[in-house]
Amino acid sequence: MAMEACDEPDCAATLKELDVFLDDELSDGARQSIAHHLDDCPDCLSAFDFHAELKQVITVKLQNDEMPAGLLSRIEKCFSTDFDGDGKIG
Amino acid sequence: MADQADFAEEAMQYAPQLYSAAMRMTRNRADAEDLVQEAYLKGFRSFHTFNEGTNLRAWLFRILTNTYINKYRKKQRSFDESDLGDIEDLYLYKRMGTFDDPSIGRSAEESLMEMLPDDEVKQALENLPENFRMPVILADVQGFAYKEIAEILEIPIGTVMSRLHRGRKQMQKALHDYAIDRGLRRAEPEQDAIDQTEGDENGNGDGSM
Repeated sequence: MAMEACDEPDCAATLKELDVFLDDELSDGARQSIAHHLDDCPDCLSAFDFHAELKQVITVKLQNDEMPAGLLSRIEKCFSTDFDGDGKIG
Repeated sequence: MADQADFAEEAMQYAPQLYSAAMRMTRNRADAEDLVQEAYLKGFRSFHTFNEGTNLRAWLFRILTNTYINKYRKKQRSFDESDLGDIEDLYLYKRMGTFDDPSIGRSAEESLMEMLPDDEVKQALENLPENFRMPVILADVQGFAYKEIAEILEIPIGTVMSRLHRGRKQMQKALHDYAIDRGLRRAEPEQDAIDQTEGDENGNGDGSM
């Protein structure tokens, strides 16, 4: 059942840049060259799609915390009172 | 030079993001609340050092991160890049990229969003050693660029990239372990103990580090 990653030299070079490509941190030239390879290589495209989906899922699921009630007002209170008694606001 | 009177108006919009990051750093709600509050207080007090026109969100995250590292971080030895072991690239994809795999309970229509429970994703991140957890929090939770992460954590960009890469692979392995564990529990509840030792050689799904 395992997915076989492709093993052509072009594929290996492409997969090596997977993270950096999905993080949108490649130079224009390098990005275009990857995009060009993905147009012609369904195996690599499938791996890239999987990781793009995974990255999005992780982002969503790691920031769905609800702020505790009262935290905002407690923070804002620091901005108008002498919080630590040093004679200054804050 | 920024005016302290503007701080609340400009900075409070980032509170939910800072809180989520603080939860992932401290791994508990009470410390996360204290950490966010302390970061805001420090930000307020030193707002005159903030260069207006630069990135306020990154500035606040730098304060949050420094406060966490200096105060809340539990004493632990620092991990080297090699300490996570050598997990192969595409670890999860090679095992779960395929659809309709009964061993992990993935059906053909099920998306990763449905398949990976929130708690398991959080646990996979929170179990990472801190050196790896911080870059993943900043990149994958907060969407900072490599250069910004390097500045916030005061480490070279190359180190950011390698820790991100290894941290993400470690998370993928944990997610796979959890899914296997869940699949086995669902498929053969009576044989749970036996199957775990046979199917998951590291028995690494219990979340303890």
